[in-house]
Amino acid sequence: MSRSQHFLYGSRDSIPMIVGILPFGLIYGALASLAGLSLWQALGMSLLVYAGSAQFIAISLLTLGSGAVVILLTTFIVNLRHVLYSAALQPYVGGLPQRWRLPLAFGLTDETFAVVQRRYLARGMAEHGQWYHAGVALALYLSWVCSSLVGALFGQSVPNLAGWGLDFAMLATFIGIVVPVLRGSPQIAAALVAAAVALLCYAWPYKLGLMAAALSGIAVGVALERRALSVVVEEGAQ
Amino acid sequence: MNTWLLILGMALITFLIRYSLFALPDLRFAPVVRQGLHFVPTAVLTAIVVPGMLIPDGQHWALTMQNAYLLAGLATIAIAALTRHLLATIGGGLLVFFVLRGWLGQLPL
Repeated sequence: MSRSQHFLYGSRDSIPMIVGILPFGLIYGALASLAGLSLWQALGMSLLVYAGSAQFIAISLLTLGSGAVVILLTTFIVNLRHVLYSAALQPYVGGLPQRWRLPLAFGLTDETFAVVQRRYLARGMAEHGQWYHAGVALALYLSWVCSSLVGALFGQSVPNLAGWGLDFAMLATFIGIVVPVLRGSPQIAAALVAAAVALLCYAWPYKLGLMAAALSGIAVGVALERRALSVVVEEGAQ
Repeated sequence: MNTWLLILGMALITFLIRYSLFALPDLRFAPVVRQGLHFVPTAVLTAIVVPGMLIPDGQHWALTMQNAYLLAGLATIAIAALTRHLLATIGGGLLVFFVLRGWLGQLPL
């Protein structure tokens, strides 16, 4: 199959994520105009920063009159979880030339990671993996930018899209990705611990609860897997 | 502070975080790190999904039968476990969610 076909597969597999992104982009655009950003600034932030959570927080900090240093520091902390995605995909993307790594890094959001890691896990770089990845990244980027623009242009006159709960599309997709992977106690324990810590720490600011939950889940998963492996090794030695 | 400078600063910080490990193509992770990376999708996505079901507005616990995110989320988990099919899970989950929201009178119609 051709590169363009895999690119299109990537875009197609992004559709449920797009459903979830569009209302967020509209709300972001509307809030950005309310906060006093010009149309170009509101759009520019989506075009250049391309990080939903960080953009929302930056807008609310701007509204509160926070200084630039606070906003930049917040951006850093909120986006820190992307280091995990960068590390998890490095074994695949790391081998690509720079002209691929730069744009794929730019587009590495939660949603992009969720869709592409599944494909890399199943097939690695075979069959134009990077073109599939590019298809996902571009489809999600355009959804975010276009919905931000519409939100900034039409602001409050946008119909009550938030009230529909379209964000459930994203939850359903994440569930569909995670549940089939939950085979064996390390994976299940990682999920349970991540869920428990996420609930305990949900009030922490700047997505730090999410980061703590992810790291706890990973640590427990690794610990259980290592213990299981050492049991196997010991039994093998006897 | 110029808003454009702020936007450029945010863009640079975000990009550098995402590019961090892509910048090191020759890096080979230690076995324990590689093991840990296998758990990233499970841990991160679960940490997004579960609060999304139980604390849908991000502020208040919603352990009630009126919470379509929770009920439809549980149904979606069941569909995923039974079918192990991504599209069936998304389609079935969304269907349950919107039927529930309609039934509970929570759609902006």
